[in-house]
Amino acid sequence: MSDAALRTTLEPRTTAVAGFRRISGRVSAAVLRQLTKLGWLLILPAIILPIWIVGTNHGWLPEQILPRPQDVLHTLRDMLASGELAQHAGYSLRRVAFGFGIGAAAGLITGSAMGLSRRVDDYVRPLFTAIAQVPAPAWIPLAMLLLGIGEGLKIVVIAKAAFVPVVMNTSAGIGNVPRAFIEVGETFRFTSLQMLRHVVLPGAIPPIFTGLRYGLTHAWIALVSVELLASSEGLGYLLVWGRQMFWLDTVLVAMIVIGVIGFVSDKILAVIETGLQRWRIDDVQ
Amino acid sequence: MSSSAALGSLGRGLVLPIGLLLTWEVASHSGLVNRQFLPPLEHVGATAWQELASGELLEALAASLRRDLLGFVFGSGAGVLIGLLLGLSTIADRVVMTWFNGLKQIALLAWIPLISLWFGFDEMAKVVFIGLAAAIPVILNLVEGIHATSRKLVEVGEVFRFNRVQFILYVYLPAAMPSLLTGLHLALIYAWLATIGAEYFMAAGPGIGGIIIAGRERFDMDLVMLGILVVGSVGFLVDRGASWLERRLIPWRAASALA
Repeated sequence: MSDAALRTTLEPRTTAVAGFRRISGRVSAAVLRQLTKLGWLLILPAIILPIWIVGTNHGWLPEQILPRPQDVLHTLRDMLASGELAQHAGYSLRRVAFGFGIGAAAGLITGSAMGLSRRVDDYVRPLFTAIAQVPAPAWIPLAMLLLGIGEGLKIVVIAKAAFVPVVMNTSAGIGNVPRAFIEVGETFRFTSLQMLRHVVLPGAIPPIFTGLRYGLTHAWIALVSVELLASSEGLGYLLVWGRQMFWLDTVLVAMIVIGVIGFVSDKILAVIETGLQRWRIDDVQ
Repeated sequence: MSSSAALGSLGRGLVLPIGLLLTWEVASHSGLVNRQFLPPLEHVGATAWQELASGELLEALAASLRRDLLGFVFGSGAGVLIGLLLGLSTIADRVVMTWFNGLKQIALLAWIPLISLWFGFDEMAKVVFIGLAAAIPVILNLVEGIHATSRKLVEVGEVFRFNRVQFILYVYLPAAMPSLLTGLHLALIYAWLATIGAEYFMAAGPGIGGIIIAGRERFDMDLVMLGILVVGSVGFLVDRGASWLERRLIPWRAASALA
């Protein structure tokens, strides 16, 4: 960051007009770049959509296999307007928020303990590895027998999905803080608290964040599977319902919403992650 | 000294699992917990023996593994081709990559209803779904590997006046090999998850997932636990096997970071 600040202040000062021209040139170049990017993006839909529209209009494929794109849009609009979609998405989002919150918090605590203490790691690691071998969706039938099909089941399955990658990355992140950094801290005669605050945490936060990002992805996969198997509301249920009624437009709408939510949440975490890792990138340059 | 330290950490590692199993056994026998929820360990063992002896378990496992392998082979094969195309062609990359990144955000199991509408509930649908699960990480990692190919290697290829095929065979593929192997490793893990998922939701034909679902419907906790134990063991062996192969194939790379 300081590097970039230095660079701009050291730029040769030219007259205001030239500077303005240069900036406006830069802005329009950036706009142009975005527009070309958008243009490239639109090529694929420009090829697929006409084929899809013509194909479904001529009845090449039955509606149960591929509905007309305008039908999908129509369903999307209807479900948005009636609030049905928001209601299902709300259920799903609340479940993910609770499950991910609990799983990630437990994962951070367990992972930090394992990373900081060799002894804790010795005790916990084998059991953790055993639990981690079975992916969260595969636990669902067992969890259904133990917990029924209520809200508890969903939270537990989602929390388990988030827990595993958070523990793995937190313990590895804390355990792998370079020896040299620790030695610097020792030279300064840091107390354990100072060591944690100034050496271990800054080094471990990027991998911990990567773990949280994986955790969220896994939580989403777990949410959809638990809603597919045992739910009467939520986006996963919408998929099952549409499938049973052979309403492909509903299935597609649910998939689109699942994809968009996944995309947005992952993007947000990715941006934060890059921000946290910036010092690393500067380090390399 | 170091071996006794290793033994010590091994001993510590056994404390929690053994303690848990003992509590389970005591709780189950003392009637503190309903036996239907927590059957005694020897019952689970007896069920395991029975299933093994009747050959049902092995048959189901073989069916699941065949599916898993078939889906993995098709999926990763398609993944390598698509990955090469996206990695080598700037046009394909610009046109497709953003859409592909959006598509991969759809949680894996959300594809099942659509795939079952298109392909039914039998073998074909399951293999297609497993193939999809395997293809995605292969494509992502191969594209990344090709993009990260060192400029110097490309220049060497240019000096040799390589043609396109030679470039792929002698420059890009070897350079991208470590990421490709990571992608294949992830593909193996996801393919096994997809196999179980497919068998849960498209419960037709033999398979470990089918056994677990049937056990749940009959409230047969022994069978469900046994099934999940098998799922975990296969996942563990596949993961370890893939790590071992990776180390053999690219010994120069340090331990891979998989999550």
